Order: sequence, then C-alpha cells, then structure tokens
Amino acid sequence: MSVLIYTEVNKGKVKKASLECVNYGAKIAQLLGTTATAIVVNADAAQLEEIGKAGANKILSVKNDAIGNDSILITAMVEQAAKAEGSKVIVFAFDVNGKAVAPRLSAKLRAGLVAGAVDYPSVNGAALEVKKNVFSGKAIALYSINSDVKVISLLPNSFPIVLGENAATVADFSADLSAVASKIVVKEVKSTSSGTSVPLPEAELVVSAGRGMKGPENWGMVEDLANVIGATTACSRPVADMHWRPHHEHVGQTGVAIRPNLYIAIGISGAIQHLAGVNGSKTIVVINSDKEAPFFKSADYGIVGDAFTILPKLTEAIKKLKANAN
Amino acid sequence: MKILVAISNVPDTTAKISFANGDSEFNSAGVTYIINPYDEWYALVRALELKEAGKASQVTLIHVGLTDSEATIRKGLAIGADDAVRINSEGPDAFFVADQIANYAKANAYELVLVGKETINYNGSSVGGMIGGLTDWAYVSLATKMDVDAGKVTLEHDIDGGSQVVEASLPLVVSCAKGMAEQRIPNMRGIMAARTKPITVVEASAGDKLTNVKSFILAKGRTDCKFIDENNVDELVQLLHTEAKVI
Ligand SMILES: Cc1cc2nc3c(=O)[nH]c(=O)nc-3n(C[C@H](O)[C@H](O)[C@H](O)COP(=O)(O)OP(=O)(O)OC[C@H]3O[C@@H](n4cnc5c(N)ncnc54)[C@H](O)[C@@H]3O)c2cc1C
Ligand SMILES: Nc1ncnc2c1ncn2[C@@H]1O[C@H](COP(=O)(O)O)[C@@H](O)[C@H]1O
Repeated sequence: MSVLIYTEVNKGKVKKASLECVNYGAKIAQLLGTTATAIVVNADAAQLEEIGKAGANKILSVKNDAIGNDSILITAMVEQAAKAEGSKVIVFAFDVNGKAVAPRLSAKLRAGLVAGAVDYPSVNGAALEVKKNVFSGKAIALYSINSDVKVISLLPNSFPIVLGENAATVADFSADLSAVASKIVVKEVKSTSSGTSVPLPEAELVVSAGRGMKGPENWGMVEDLANVIGATTACSRPVADMHWRPHHEHVGQTGVAIRPNLYIAIGISGAIQHLAGVNGSKTIVVINSDKEAPFFKSADYGIVGDAFTILPKLTEAIKKLKANAN
Repeated sequence: MKILVAISNVPDTTAKISFANGDSEFNSAGVTYIINPYDEWYALVRALELKEAGKASQVTLIHVGLTDSEATIRKGLAIGADDAVRINSEGPDAFFVADQIANYAKANAYELVLVGKETINYNGSSVGGMIGGLTDWAYVSLATKMDVDAGKVTLEHDIDGGSQVVEASLPLVVSCAKGMAEQRIPNMRGIMAARTKPITVVEASAGDKLTNVKSFILAKGRTDCKFIDENNVDELVQLLHTEAKVI
C-alpha cells in the first residue's frame, strides 16, 4: 500500500500545485500509516530533490517525450504506477491536467473521486472523508469515498508549501504505453501567460478590474498596481465579453475560480456570479465609487472612491513600502 | 453523426443556498432550477450549430435525474435539441452519472458526447473525463472551439498557461467552455415545438455509487469590511503589510 502523487514539471520548475500535492499526499500517508510515492515525467536532479523535500519517500522518475499533456497517456502511466505500488490513494492537483486525468483514472480503476478537495481527509472505517467546495464556493460538502482505491484532487492554494530536509529514493519507472493509442494529435500550442506573471489559477496575488474602469485604454494603472506587488491581472465577465481584456482573465462562476492570498477588486460591483469565483480568496480589497456596491459585503478592506484617483496613489504608496523594506 | 449533450439541472446562479435535514441535503424550497450554464450556452448551442451546418444528424439531450428536472429538459428542447432521454435516477455521484451516460452513448451509436466544463452546484469537472475512461474514447477537456470535418474533430482547448489546437477522431467526449458558442434564447416557435418533442425515460442500470455527500456547511461570509478613507491609502498599505501580511 502507498499513496501515489502525480506531479509535473513546467518551465524548468516543479509546479507549485504539484508541491502542494506532495505535502498533502505525505500527510495522508502518515494518516494511513504508509508511505508517499510521487511520479514525475522528465525531471532533473534538482527537481527530484525538491519533490523529496516536499515529503515524498520515493519518486518514480519517468523519462518519456511522448507523454506531454496527453490525458490518455498520463492516465495509463499513473494506472500502471498505482498497480506497481499497490496504491490505495492517488492524489492529483485540481488544475488543467488534473481535471482531465483524475476522472479518467477514477473510471478505469472504479475508484471514487473527490475533485477539488480543500482539506485533509479523515479516516472513517474503510472510507475516507474529504471536504470540497460546492455551489461555486458558497458551501462546503463533506464527501465520503467508499471504494477500495480512492482518488483525490487538491484545489490549488489550499495549503502553504512546506519544504523540509527529506530526501526521497529515486527509482526509474518506464510505463509501457505501446498498447495505448493517444488518439489526440497536437497541431499548435498557444501561450497566453503574459510575460513573466504567474498564471491566474496559481497566483497568490491578483489585481482585478471591472466595468468601472470605463475602457481598455485605462488598464495601464491596473497593470501598474499589479506590477508593483507582483500580482497577476484578472477581470469581470463583461470586461472580457467586450474584449477589453483577454478571455483567460475572466474570473467568476463562468470563468476561472481562484483563491489567492490577496484579491484587489477595482470597479467591480460584486455580482453573485463574480463572487462565486473569488470568495475563497484569503484577503479581499474592494475599491468602488459606490458605497452601496454589494462587493463591500464580501470584502476585508474597502475604499469608497474614484479608482482613477486612488489607483495611482495606491501604487505609489506600495512602491514606498517596498523601497523602505529594502 | 449523432451528438449526445449531457445536461445537468442546477439551482439558478443567484439562488440562496441553504440545507435541510440536519444539513445533509440541499434545500430546494423556493429555488428555481436551470440548465447548467456551460451545458446550455456552449455544449448544446455548438451541437445545434454543427447540425445546422449539416455536420450532425441529430442532437439528443441526456439527463440523469428525477421527474422534477423535466422543465429543464423542455427548455433544452425549446432551444433546439431534437429529442431527450432522462435516465430515471438520483445523482449526484459523478461515477454513477458517467456510467449511465457512457452506457447509453455506446448502446445507441452516439459518436460525440458533449458535457459542460463543470456543474455550478457540484463543481466536479469530473463526469466528462469519467465517460471517456468508461468508454475508452478520447476526452478533450475545457474546449473553447470545436469543428467537425469528414469524421475529424478539430478543437482548441485550455492547457497550462495557454491553449492548444488538437485533432481527434470520433468517437469522442468533449467538455465545453466559454468561447465555443453564444447563448441562445428560445423563441416562441421553439417553445411550442418543444411541447411535442419526445422525452424518453429510461430506468437506470445498476451501477456503483463510489462517493456520497454526508453533510454540507455554508461557507463563512466575511463579517465586516474595514473602510479606509480614500485620501489615506497609506493606511491600507500598512494594514495589508502588517495585519493581513499579504504584501
Ligand atoms: C449565469 C451568469 C454567469 C455569470 N458569470 C460571471 C462570471 O463568471 N464573472 C463575472 O464577473 N460576472 C459574471 N456574470 C455577470 C454578473 O452578473 C455581473 O453582470 C458582472 O460581474 C458585472 O461586472 P462588473 O462588476 O465589472 O460591472 P458593473 O456591474 O457594471 O459594475 C461596475 C462597478 O464599477 C463601479 N465604478 C464605476 N465607476 C467607478 C470608478 N470611477 N471608480 C471605482 N468604481 C467605479 C460601479 O459603482 C460598479 O459597482 C454572470 C451572469 C450570469 C447571469
Ligand atoms: N445528472 C447529470 N445528468 C446529465 N449530465 C450531467 C449530470 N451531471 C453532470 N453532467 C454533465 O457533466 C458535466 C460536468 O459535471 P461535473 O462533473 O459535476 O462538474 C456537466 O456540465 C454536464 O454536462
């Protein structure tokens, strides 16, 4: 028996969401009195070391250039690893690949899945009980997974990453994918991550603006604020619909759901569908000229006033703070 | 090519969320139900567009649920689906739902199964991938564009930090996200026509439920917002630095 954790390397680094999963899987292993095994494709020595520091006892290191982000191939690989390791719990991140692979594996293994867990599971007899967000963040449900093998995908940003001194044993693992047809041919890859900023679902700091900014030509001051704090930019749905900002910045019920440490909402009214995607944020700051804007009811800090005068002042004040800190 | 569109019946996006029976179930009293937005706006409308372009022969709705979701199914027919199937069973275990849909799709020669990106009540993004696993068909998740030509499906879908264009062959399962189509409001003719379109009710096959919800808790709302004067942004910066410790 063991806990198996699917991890990924992206842009030269172990993905943040993957390190969170290793921490999480190691805790579950402790809880069940077993060990944690991570599986990773094409990781170098430094990356393997980092996965070890996050708490994996063992790492299955796969060298394969065909797997990429093909969900059929990843599923087959993890399925073989789970069988080889006798894994009873398999952990994924609830991110783009995790959303494609975890359900497929769940079906193949007839293993119950909780998608988007937000807390550590507790053991109840042969079942594991896990909390996840439901109703777009308006409630939490306690799920019981009753099957023998269990799959859990962890909502990114649910726990801070802890790296220790642990070193994992590394074993080469070669998945036999000869019998698995990939069925998907990649024709073109398009990158949307603008510059160096962290992709929205992983971002810890987010500066977001809505229709109150009046037009796309005014986004410079939103970007200035985001730049001084190193935040990723987001927007409300009408802003994306009017093509003021790219679609991947749209947060909310029908856009990306995020839970950063800091969410600054500028000129956004706080409609329930917008809140559904951001109300898991740890700290929310709202800047709105209307003191009755519903968003203030969901905010930790609020400023009533004109964004066009407040934003430049706020950016300057943060610059000053950063300068003093250095 | 026949298209099967899986639709879920969910509380309206503005519904007040509360629970009943010792917080063990959703309290649906006074709640309006709608078709899950992703299923309606993107999956269903794109399926209809493919049919209108002569690339699909039939668009069938499938729903796993009880009689109380008939109004939702009728709305889907009013928007333009040809017919509908209701598998008579309670959800919400994603595996059970996927198993029912996978069996129906295979037994009735559907080659393209469309689901929504996620349901707005259970937010699992799970049913589509499970249908893919159960049928062993390919699954393309979070697709924002889709076209079909001579049995080949070209899609654009989200990946980490961007998107990619892929080609897949039928049979195929696709989860549909924003970008794929525009919402359609049913017109009077559609609503009239929907009254006579068939909704076939099929009893659920025996299937496993691998998970169950034991209880619900309402998310904690924020209690009170600290207001800061617009002429004193330094105070906000200090609070974010020393109290919230986020910058
Ligand atoms: C099914 C469904 C799903 C939806 N999904 C989403 C979703 O995922 N995400 C989403 O965002 N929306 C979604 N919506 C839309 C949502 O209901 C709102 O219409 C939308 O969030 C409003 O965007 P907004 O706050 O930018 O614009 P508005 O509601 O127009 O608000 C603009 C705000 O800016 C303020 N303002 C104006 N001028 C200034 C100024 N100079 N300085 C400071 N503040 C100013 C105003 O007081 C106002 O509060 C959905 C709607 C439906 C029906
Ligand atoms: N009870 C159901 N009946 C039919 N389709 C469903 C049902 N539940 C979920 N689906 C489909 O599966 C998609 C993903 O659901 P979920 O995994 O719950 O996020 C939805 O957008 C629907 O297309």
